[in-house]
Amino acid sequence: MNLQNLISEIEKVDGEIIDRLAHVSRRGLFSSLTKKTIALAAPAIMASALNKSYGQALPQSVKDVLNFALALEYLEFTFYDYGSNLAMIPKNYKPAFELIRQHEQVHVRLLKSVLGADAIPMPKFDFSAGGLFPDTFTNFATFSAIAQTFEDTGVRAYKGQAANLQIAKPILQVALQIHATEAAHAANVRYMRGQKGWITGGTAALSGLPSVVDGNYKGEENTVQAGTDLAAALAGDNRITPAMVMQAFDEPLDKATVLALVAPFFAK
Amino acid sequence: MENVTNRPETASSAASRRSFLRVAGAAAVTGGLLTACSNADENSVTPTGSARAAGPTVSLPTGDNGILAFAYVLEQLEAAFYEMVLLKPYPNMSASDIALWTDIRGHEIIHRALFKAAVGKLVPDLTFNFSSIDFNNRADVLIHAEAFEKTGVGAYNGAGKYISNPDYLTLAGKIVSVETRHHSILRELQYPYSDAFAGPTIVTSDTGLHLAYEPTFVLPIAQKYINETLDASALVASLS
Repeated sequence: MNLQNLISEIEKVDGEIIDRLAHVSRRGLFSSLTKKTIALAAPAIMASALNKSYGQALPQSVKDVLNFALALEYLEFTFYDYGSNLAMIPKNYKPAFELIRQHEQVHVRLLKSVLGADAIPMPKFDFSAGGLFPDTFTNFATFSAIAQTFEDTGVRAYKGQAANLQIAKPILQVALQIHATEAAHAANVRYMRGQKGWITGGTAALSGLPSVVDGNYKGEENTVQAGTDLAAALAGDNRITPAMVMQAFDEPLDKATVLALVAPFFAK
Repeated sequence: MENVTNRPETASSAASRRSFLRVAGAAAVTGGLLTACSNADENSVTPTGSARAAGPTVSLPTGDNGILAFAYVLEQLEAAFYEMVLLKPYPNMSASDIALWTDIRGHEIIHRALFKAAVGKLVPDLTFNFSSIDFNNRADVLIHAEAFEKTGVGAYNGAGKYISNPDYLTLAGKIVSVETRHHSILRELQYPYSDAFAGPTIVTSDTGLHLAYEPTFVLPIAQKYINETLDASALVASLS
């Protein structure tokens, strides 16, 4: 999920990456392909752009970042791959979870196509989170609650890294598009759980979740954007509530926070 | 599934888009803007209908201010649309529908207020013509709401790479995911219990990527509903 860190890590290693990527993407690849081809070939294009920049050997620091992102995508994909076809999933929700499973799968492929032989193998996961959720795959309420948490947190994780990708515009755009896919998932899972599609406030309870995942929602109570408290600024408009101001913006999370939040799902 | 988006392009809208692209600058359009990673062709929202009424010209500024102004245009359009939805509610609007439209209207008004504070001195309050929308018809309102959200998601995703100030980029990111949430819910309401919220007409199956539209693609779509004439030639020329 921290695809965005990739380029900032590369930049630390090689200051010429921007020029090289720009050259590869604009002249060598993108301009010679139709948009449809680009959409279908995005993983290969990303891999090609990076590999042409560095030959066959990506710097270790780049591999580390990519593998970190891959680990997080493995987490989501494994969760849905195991859970999405179980009998506990109500029939009405099977199409949604199958689609989400497919999306996480191709996100994994995207990262693996960049890493090639250096991709880490699938880690071991613990979807009970150390016993915290003993019925993840037998109780749909638990399964869907974890799904919502993963998706809402995924949105925040990608958002938190966007600025780190500004030096690699093709990759920034891809990351923004993945970010939106996570948001589409999040809204749908929230809706099936009887929640609004958007996040109100900075506690798990306000999203229909137990307090153990409070950290995943902390900060969403923010009403100040670009230095303006919009709740105060719009207090005179009776169509607007402070809750709406919180809902109207999803807040980012930094990498360390995300790692700490997902750590319980990685097997000890 | 795609009542609006798969309508055949009419001669008049094709002509107006061509003329817009001429204005925007052929060099900019062919020199990389439209060659960036985008699946707009497969998921296009095609303007339809008769030519808009002529209005005063609004020139969008360049650079980051221009992208903020571009976003302000879209948020003005969305907010005005949802204001109309609740000003002229369709018959028997349910309590849950009222709650939905009230939330989304609120979000778009808030977005509009944010951008007004940022670039309100550079872009005037626009006026809109929604005569092509039947506000008495729930299905038509849903279709158009979905189309506006779809355009907004694609617009933010496609414009992010043109933003220089990282704080603006993060701000755009905070908004685009909420627009995507709107879009996802509006799809679910129209096609419940399906994969329509993020199916293959929205998210690429092979890579899991949501929509991204270039500004040159988005502006003619917005222009259809705006009385003033947008001139984005300077903005488009400034993008890199």
